[in-house]
Amino acid sequence: MSFDSEQHTAGRAGAMSNGDYQVEVVIKNADGLHMRPAMQFVDLAGSFRSDIRVSNAQTGVDAKSIMQMTMLAATAGTKLRISAKGVDAQEAVEALRRLVEDELFKERSIGPDCAKEG
Amino acid sequence: MRFSDIVCFEAVIAQLKATDRDGAIRELVNALGRCGRISKASCQKIARAVIKREDEASTGIGRGVAVPHVKHSDVKEHVAVIGCSSEGINFVSLDKQPVYSVILLLSPTDDPDRHLQAMEIIFRNLQKDDFRRFLRQAQTVEDIREVILDADEDTDE
Repeated sequence: MSFDSEQHTAGRAGAMSNGDYQVEVVIKNADGLHMRPAMQFVDLAGSFRSDIRVSNAQTGVDAKSIMQMTMLAATAGTKLRISAKGVDAQEAVEALRRLVEDELFKERSIGPDCAKEG
Repeated sequence: MRFSDIVCFEAVIAQLKATDRDGAIRELVNALGRCGRISKASCQKIARAVIKREDEASTGIGRGVAVPHVKHSDVKEHVAVIGCSSEGINFVSLDKQPVYSVILLLSPTDDPDRHLQAMEIIFRNLQKDDFRRFLRQAQTVEDIREVILDADEDTDE
């Protein structure tokens, strides 16, 4: 899966008609969603009460399971959709988006173009 | 990429001698050194790097399995090795339970995408109850090889 910064528009958590929230994010740290960032993601997801799922083009997984999250093998540039259902869905989606796109899991990014707001 | 492509079967250990985490990591890294997948001179360095990584955050993800791994400049090609322990090893796992199956993965530093692919294959299988059970029940290196080959066949179907 290749990264095309032009096609990417920074995600804003959006409400679905059924009350779920979802956002599309792009993995921007050079090493991708390897185990340590996946653990940060799972820890943060676990702090919310909502059901949270993450999907790529092929599959969707439980955001609170480290085994499943690592299975996404999301390389730098991969687009993922985070969706949440529950009382704190909007907050959860926004917090996870921030971890992925703004904080880059506190790792190095794949380049200046990808870290900017677009 | 298939699971069997990354596992060095000659280095697989059906019954780990080590009963502690660091010992198990060293045993597996040394086995890879004996098979020539990494240089013998690098073994100690690489084992230390894996242990350091493990100290930062345990790869004991629960359900009796751990996946210690590291990216290291002395590693030329992605390689995994499996070690089993019937007694169980304390990996400071997330669920605080002992680890019976250790899958160690060494990756070069310059190919993070392939590292993720290797992790994906390992975790896709570790998620399966049957895979974990068969791996834990394996008594010999040949048993372990069969578990991995069967897993590849399931994936191909």
